[in-house]
Amino acid sequence: MNDIAANVLKGDPRFIARLITLAENNDPIAANAMKTIHPKTGNAHVIGITGVMGSGKSTLIYELTREYRKKGLKVGIIAIDPTSPFSGGALLGDRIRMMELATDDGVFIRSMGTRGMLGGLTSAVYDVVEILDASGKDVVIVETVGVGQAEVDVVKIADTTLVVLVPGLGDAIQTIKAGIMEIADIYVVNKADRSGVEQAVAEIESLIDISCSEKERKTPVLTTIAKENKGIFELVKEIEDHKKFLKKTKMFDIQRRKRYEAELVEIIRKRLMNFIFDESTFKGKVEDLIDQISKKKVDPHTAAEEILGKILK
Amino acid sequence: MERKIRVLVAKPGLDGHDRGAKIVARALRDAGMEVIYTGLHQTADMIVETAVQEDVDVIGLSLLSGAHMTLFVDVTRLLKEKGMEDVLVVVGGIIPEDDAPKLKKAGVAGVFGPGTHCDDIVKFIKKNVKK
Repeated sequence: MNDIAANVLKGDPRFIARLITLAENNDPIAANAMKTIHPKTGNAHVIGITGVMGSGKSTLIYELTREYRKKGLKVGIIAIDPTSPFSGGALLGDRIRMMELATDDGVFIRSMGTRGMLGGLTSAVYDVVEILDASGKDVVIVETVGVGQAEVDVVKIADTTLVVLVPGLGDAIQTIKAGIMEIADIYVVNKADRSGVEQAVAEIESLIDISCSEKERKTPVLTTIAKENKGIFELVKEIEDHKKFLKKTKMFDIQRRKRYEAELVEIIRKRLMNFIFDESTFKGKVEDLIDQISKKKVDPHTAAEEILGKILK
Repeated sequence: MERKIRVLVAKPGLDGHDRGAKIVARALRDAGMEVIYTGLHQTADMIVETAVQEDVDVIGLSLLSGAHMTLFVDVTRLLKEKGMEDVLVVVGGIIPEDDAPKLKKAGVAGVFGPGTHCDDIVKFIKKNVKK
């Protein structure tokens, strides 16, 4: 495992897989390897796919990937499912819809649990995007957990964000507009063979129309029937047009900078939390303070100040 | 540093009975493991490629059609070819008693037939998983 980074750069799937595991487990070996990998990243188009549960995200990704493969592009897929907050375990089933891709060596799929992160992503996802990018993937697709309203973090990591909806949500679109309806670069109404598709498109378009901010680009609304491969060709074209738009308007680099900002914040947060809650230095003190808060001898704010005071001095 | 046990639960071959596999998958999740479920009708190639990409510690195979001597052994053979003997292979389904020793010889670590308690599978994995 000495030259793990070198083998990842060669695209060796076993080393890619192992480095992802190390990153997920916050292993220092991973942090070290990322130093070699980071300079080699930046080529892959990162596509975020989010949307309501059962909207067909996994099937859509399967079809998108087949379309990219026809063009000869290599694809990395990160499929995120929720980790149980009680057992810490997770059932990761997104691959079920993509198993036909399992033996295609131009495709690498990794399933991940959220491991306590809110927002629809998982903490190590930034590292995993960089690993897949550096391993030679032309496109990296990130599938979030099925979202309700607030799982919008994918926008921080993706160059192009797709929000997938289905016909028949009706007024529900109104209630979710504050969250995921603000992050789309492209809307996809999947399962367009169901009734109510025109209404769904009209409702989404009316939401786009009432947002008064001046935009250089009107967010397109596409319809697909993923399991019949309908509308996929057009969707890939729209995704590529969006990338061209980003490049033309210099938004591409601005968004990438925001991603690195989010990544830096996440690494600091993770390391700081580990330092306070996992290392023996503070463990006893933290437990002691929680006891005191329970007994009303100290309030949570004072306790937090005490811990932060110890770090900052 | 927390390390989670990652398990691939797969249904090789043609039989469509996946209730057992799903129950085991659920039990392993509840025991704190990350379980990747592939769905039905997998080839040995698909299973081993998935095991590589997902970097799993354990593969759980379920088969009720009688083809286990071929399909389970295909999986352990491919693992050996790729130098992945450290992946723990456990199997379940309808496995005649006489076949269990043969499977173990071929690299299967545990055979769990009907009537097995999920807890016993969890304990077996936690005790025998490498690293």
